[in-house]
Amino acid sequence: MRLLVNKIFLALSILSALIGLAFLGWILATLFLKGLSSFHFSLFLDDLVDGGLRNLIVGQMILAGIASLIGIPLGMTAGIYIQEYGQGRYASLIRDLSDIMMSAPSIVIGAFVYALIVVPTGGTSGWAGAVALAIMMIPVVINTTDSMLSLVPRELREAGIALGASKYKVIIDIVIKAAKVGIMTGILLAFARIIGETAPLLFTSETSNYFSLNLSESFPSLTVSIYDLANEPEESSRDLAWAASFILTVMVLIINLTGRFITRNKK
Amino acid sequence: MSVMKIKKFSFTYAGVDHPSLKSITLPIEKNKITALIGPSGCGKSTLLRSMNRIHDLYPGNKYDGKIELLNEETGKFENILEIKKENEFIKLRQKVGMIFQKPTPFPMSIFDNVAYGLRIAGIKNKTELKDRVETALKGSALWKEVHDRLDKSAMGLSGGQQQRLCIARAVAVKPEVLLFDEPTSALDPISTGAIEELIVELKNDVSIAIVTHNMQQASRISDYTAFMYLGDLIEYDKTENIFLNPKEKQTEDYITGRFG
Amino acid sequence: MEKIFQKLSLTSATLVFVLLIGIFLTLYSAAKPAIDEFGFDFITNPDWNKEVVLENLDDEAIIDEDDVAIADEDDAEIADEDDVILDEDEMLLDDEDETATKTIYGGLVPIVGTLLTTLIALAFALPIAMGIAVFLAEIAPKNISYVVGIAIELLAAIPSIIFGMWGLYYFAPIISDLFGGYQVSLLTAGLVLGVMILPFMAAITRDSMNTTPAVLKESAYALGATKFEVIKDIIFPYSKVGIIGSIILALGRALGETMAVAFLIGSVFVLPQKITDPTISIPVAMANNFGEASGLGESALFYLALILFIISFAVISLAKFYFLKKAK
Repeated sequence: MRLLVNKIFLALSILSALIGLAFLGWILATLFLKGLSSFHFSLFLDDLVDGGLRNLIVGQMILAGIASLIGIPLGMTAGIYIQEYGQGRYASLIRDLSDIMMSAPSIVIGAFVYALIVVPTGGTSGWAGAVALAIMMIPVVINTTDSMLSLVPRELREAGIALGASKYKVIIDIVIKAAKVGIMTGILLAFARIIGETAPLLFTSETSNYFSLNLSESFPSLTVSIYDLANEPEESSRDLAWAASFILTVMVLIINLTGRFITRNKK
Repeated sequence: MSVMKIKKFSFTYAGVDHPSLKSITLPIEKNKITALIGPSGCGKSTLLRSMNRIHDLYPGNKYDGKIELLNEETGKFENILEIKKENEFIKLRQKVGMIFQKPTPFPMSIFDNVAYGLRIAGIKNKTELKDRVETALKGSALWKEVHDRLDKSAMGLSGGQQQRLCIARAVAVKPEVLLFDEPTSALDPISTGAIEELIVELKNDVSIAIVTHNMQQASRISDYTAFMYLGDLIEYDKTENIFLNPKEKQTEDYITGRFG
Repeated sequence: MEKIFQKLSLTSATLVFVLLIGIFLTLYSAAKPAIDEFGFDFITNPDWNKEVVLENLDDEAIIDEDDVAIADEDDAEIADEDDVILDEDEMLLDDEDETATKTIYGGLVPIVGTLLTTLIALAFALPIAMGIAVFLAEIAPKNISYVVGIAIELLAAIPSIIFGMWGLYYFAPIISDLFGGYQVSLLTAGLVLGVMILPFMAAITRDSMNTTPAVLKESAYALGATKFEVIKDIIFPYSKVGIIGSIILALGRALGETMAVAFLIGSVFVLPQKITDPTISIPVAMANNFGEASGLGESALFYLALILFIISFAVISLAKFYFLKKAK
């Protein structure tokens, strides 16, 4: 009887694992089949207005890139504060708040930036989109920096101080170096996360059919355009959306795997 | 008389080339305490963990030789390494209990902890459960301390009490052999003394094998001692012989504290 | 130099604090007109963007009374002033059209839609995610568990918009064949949301289960317990707090999810009568209406955003600071 219950339970568990994996496999298969059949290298050469994706891919990279330029230094210094300088309540309050912000709904971040930037400046812009993504990124970078620095043994810091180095020298030269790989992985995962975001961009950067490097106007975004294209009635638009989704997913997965690979090689 | 006979037993962990145990032959005597001593990495815990095949929770380990356990009903020895079926594993582990280095109270009440093994063995009768839990707790000298809070969580007990609870839990299912894996290394001297006394009392009912780092402990409580080094059994004898008159130089070096 | 660096890092840390407060205040001030106009009735009012004829004075009077009752004195004054201005506008309109109307916004439909989709997603994902977590933590051999574990984590990283597209074009047709109703509905949106949170939930539940010390499991096996008994009696009770925290965290993610739901929920401000009816959720209401909204409509969207922010703030805090901290 006990053995039977055991067997049934294990079978159910394996079954649900299979169901779960089947769903996820189904999604990936759809993505790859639909994406690859609509994929063509000219997608990288033409802009959306000519049926390609060049401006969108470049635009999404620029948005995520600028978000990183804002988010990484802010997140890292805040993480350093929490772990190295902060004492007691304030540091742990910041840690908790950043933890909450990490899981805040991304559409709400979009609404915030809309009220903060889009309304006062009179329209959607690349800057607004990049700021929204940066706000998404900061707590993730803080979390990574904080937890990676906490893994550096205290003796290492004490040894540096004992040699007569000042605290910030010890942090920059010794502690950060010791935690470098972990922090880099975390940052790559954070980048992978924001590059696939749609909701915070919908009414901040919007998107554009044309190639643009001007961040003070509506800016081409791959994800926002996927949403638009996928809702168009024409088959060709939807095919383009699948191709774009395929490219986006491959980008996200490559960045993600790179991050994991770096950590594993270190070990 | 032996209750367990280990014959030419070798053991290699998954993914490792070198064997951790090399052709060990050793008896476990009935109603006696056998101590396994030796420096870290000598394989004493590995050997102990083979005696109820708890190793098999982790696949890929290789072993060779025989570990024979006396079947009390037939009077014959059966090789436990041949066990493959789940229900045979369960029987084996009910016959050969185990106490770990750190106390392992389950996340449930004191009563439920001790009753756990009985319940899964199919005992549902409430009075019988109560009786056996009480007997086990008395047997492990814990009854006085906990009889008025049996329904409280076991996590609230001190380390020494938790360890005695784990002994009670193991004893409750009436095993034939009890394996102790450094049961006192995480405890203070007073709790250690209590547990040692308990182990000595227990040998009236069960046969005991104990791994210990503490040589005084081995000399205090055990009847037989096996000294192991780098996966080999160097010497096995009555405890007083090992400590007073060792035959091997390595044994002498170890017990006089020259290495280890 | 030391000082500068220290100040710099303090400033960055404080920025988090400022941002969070800033989000709250910005949303609140943008939602203020709607809050003043509709009060807490917003939450229970199912009408969105509905023209109400002003001649129906009874209705108007009730709303005004409520406003005054809820707001404290200062706010009440402001509200009154607003009302006066509005009344003037309305009079002007009255002169022109004779049938003066005003637009009412209520948040009940998106709020209900958000809660119901999340509930369906949870009901669907929970058993499967638990099964996957048990499989990964206790059943699968190490190497399989490692590979499947990485696959699950990678799937959790796939942008949610892709789940939405797949759901609309491949999953929803099958569901509507099976259960009837529309392809875009509460049910399909909830299920796709469930599929989306599945890997996340499975991965963090597995992590929680893995915190059970091996020696605790061994001592249960050493008493002759079966795998099922070890999982039921040892692992689940031991990691209960962490598992609950993980589930709530996944719930928080589902509440705020936009893209996986946007394709499937139908985006109509109608209270669903059946599970196969289309409706709308807060994030989707924002995603699809922000562009065109202005004035009170836009403010009502901000009101929704504020509600979503507060709900998810509460849910996430509960998960992280009650359950997950306790688990550590």
